[in-house]
Amino acid sequence: MMKQFFSKHFLADKDIQLLIGKQLRLGVITSSLVVLIGGIIYLSRHGHELPSYKEFTGVREGLNNLPGIWQGVLDNKGMNIIQLGVVLLIATPIIRIAFSVVAFLIEKDYLYVVITLIVLGVIMFSMLGGLAG
Amino acid sequence: MTILSFTLILLCGAFLAGLLGSLTGLGGGVVIIPLLTLVFHVDIRYAIGTALVASIATSSGSASAYVKEGITNIRLGMFLEIATTTGAVVGAVIAVYLPTNVVAIIFGCVLIFSALMSFRKKMEYATDVDSSKLARQLRLNSAYPVNGDIVNYKVHHVPGGYFMMMFAGVMSGLLGIGSGALKVLAMDNIMRIPFKVSTTTSNFMIGVTAAASAVVYLQRGYISPGLCMPVVLGVLAGAFGGSKLLVRANVKWLRIVFSVVITFLALQMIYNGCTGKL
Repeated sequence: MMKQFFSKHFLADKDIQLLIGKQLRLGVITSSLVVLIGGIIYLSRHGHELPSYKEFTGVREGLNNLPGIWQGVLDNKGMNIIQLGVVLLIATPIIRIAFSVVAFLIEKDYLYVVITLIVLGVIMFSMLGGLAG
Repeated sequence: MTILSFTLILLCGAFLAGLLGSLTGLGGGVVIIPLLTLVFHVDIRYAIGTALVASIATSSGSASAYVKEGITNIRLGMFLEIATTTGAVVGAVIAVYLPTNVVAIIFGCVLIFSALMSFRKKMEYATDVDSSKLARQLRLNSAYPVNGDIVNYKVHHVPGGYFMMMFAGVMSGLLGIGSGALKVLAMDNIMRIPFKVSTTTSNFMIGVTAAASAVVYLQRGYISPGLCMPVVLGVLAGAFGGSKLLVRANVKWLRIVFSVVITFLALQMIYNGCTGKL
């Protein structure tokens, strides 16, 4: 009886693990492809210019917020396409958290639904809390 | 140097960093910051933003493989991510108030610590003795496969591990690194879980921890696409290559060489931090 319960539980966990593994891989592959495409466009247009990272000025306007990045992507700007890939990469572990909420819900593990929601909440606060200063 | 040659050299450097990082288990992110600041004279704030993104890439890439094998303790990772993400947010906030040379000195110290950690004797403290009520309530105790068998283990000292993880999170948010060495220390020595489980679970957590501070740094303008492009692609390709190359036989001398290089870079970061050059 105990053993059966354990193996069933283990199986459900295994499915979640497979799903999480797939999602992470997909996220990394997609974002690196987007970065690569953006990089080729950026280098073909600006490759001959000089890099300037010695002095910190922050990235140019439009590369530090989602609407700005997306607008540049629509205008086919290489820098913005790279940044879109970077945003997708940052989103990959965050989407993993959101997935886990659903997975723990299916497993009826409500304690971990709450724990996972707390982690998601901390990230949301970090994103929207105006911490950029 | 034009942007094209700068990008190509950086791509090679990042590839090497990813390759060595994955072969030695030290992670590629640790050398990205000294590579960018000392070799390419990039401002440390851009370097931190770039390294954060690189650590998300390598962590997610390798976690996808480990998670499938069922070694990662997902519940433990999830629970401790509360500590690491809150720590990371705190780290990202205090980073604004710290002068960059102080950040460079702290970074150098953590780097030396990480290099030393890679030499410690791998003592297995894991037991199946159930001592923590909290671990039971949080369902942290688990099992993992060893040569086809399922081995049970128990988690100990949950509050101690939690606070150590919070510290690891602060360092990650402040310095833009995964701080895997601190995470493994918390799980091996304090929580007493099997070595294989702690390394994979730590790796699993790095992506989320880094993402928590990356969203702040992105808005702050630290994350520059021109740097992220070669570094992310290079580190990922290097780490992937390393995982294919990994012949577990003789990485000992490689680890020694890499650790010496890292210690040298760390000392230079500390020196430049003290003289105010970074």
